[in-house]
Amino acid sequence: MTRVVLLLIFFICCSTGGEIAMTHGMKQVGEPERLRLLPVLRFLGRAIRSGWLWFALPLLAISFYSLLILLSWAPLSVVIPASAFNYVVGTFGAKYLLKERVSPKRWAGVVMVCLGVALVLVTG
Amino acid sequence: MTPEHRLRLKTLLMVSLMVVCANVGDLLLKRGMLQVGAVQISPSAIRQALLSTMHNGTIWLAILFLVGFTVCYMTAVSWADYSYVMPAGAFGYAVQTTLAVVVLHEAVNAERWIGVTLIVVGVLLVGQTHPSTTKNKVVLS
Repeated sequence: MTRVVLLLIFFICCSTGGEIAMTHGMKQVGEPERLRLLPVLRFLGRAIRSGWLWFALPLLAISFYSLLILLSWAPLSVVIPASAFNYVVGTFGAKYLLKERVSPKRWAGVVMVCLGVALVLVTG
Repeated sequence: MTPEHRLRLKTLLMVSLMVVCANVGDLLLKRGMLQVGAVQISPSAIRQALLSTMHNGTIWLAILFLVGFTVCYMTAVSWADYSYVMPAGAFGYAVQTTLAVVVLHEAVNAERWIGVTLIVVGVLLVGQTHPSTTKNKVVLS
């Protein structure tokens, strides 16, 4: 059980860390000036030169393989609700690392989404 | 159109594209892997499965959609909050369940519908907040 809990914590850290690093990188890169093909391609050109993207991608790959290992170690009914907890951890990361303003309404929405995803995936 | 409306509209567009790309990508990946067949856990079987997946057009199409999802995600978070885009993307689970009922005529139990309702209400609550609460950098070329 201890190894499942440790790997779950590792998975959530890698997954949330990867997404937060990618978001931070894209904020630094700056949004495309228009949602047209050429500006978006120019945006992607800038994005692939961002160190944060190359820091995020391995973390996301590691989190994906951690999830696969978790699914082979523990029942789906344990792994999925725990992984849905990502939404809550991600919101804490957004608030404290990315300095986003998370209103009580957004918190309520995130918690409902987290519970809903856990319920849908467990009963799916 | 006010800047606020434009921001909401383009965020909604990107999140919708994310949901479509992720769901179509997952569906094609599932179909592709069914064509490849069950993968046995042995070095030679894994090598054979890798070769089969590399020669499977459905899997390449799935990868294209999943790359599309990543591009939409990267674009969305370049202006919108992570805490806004991430829960909004979960709307895909509600779409999946609805499609399973409407298109595939699958039976869905009450718990799953409760889950879908929680996701929809949660996404609506998040959607009412401002998509961007940090200062964004806009690059003009």
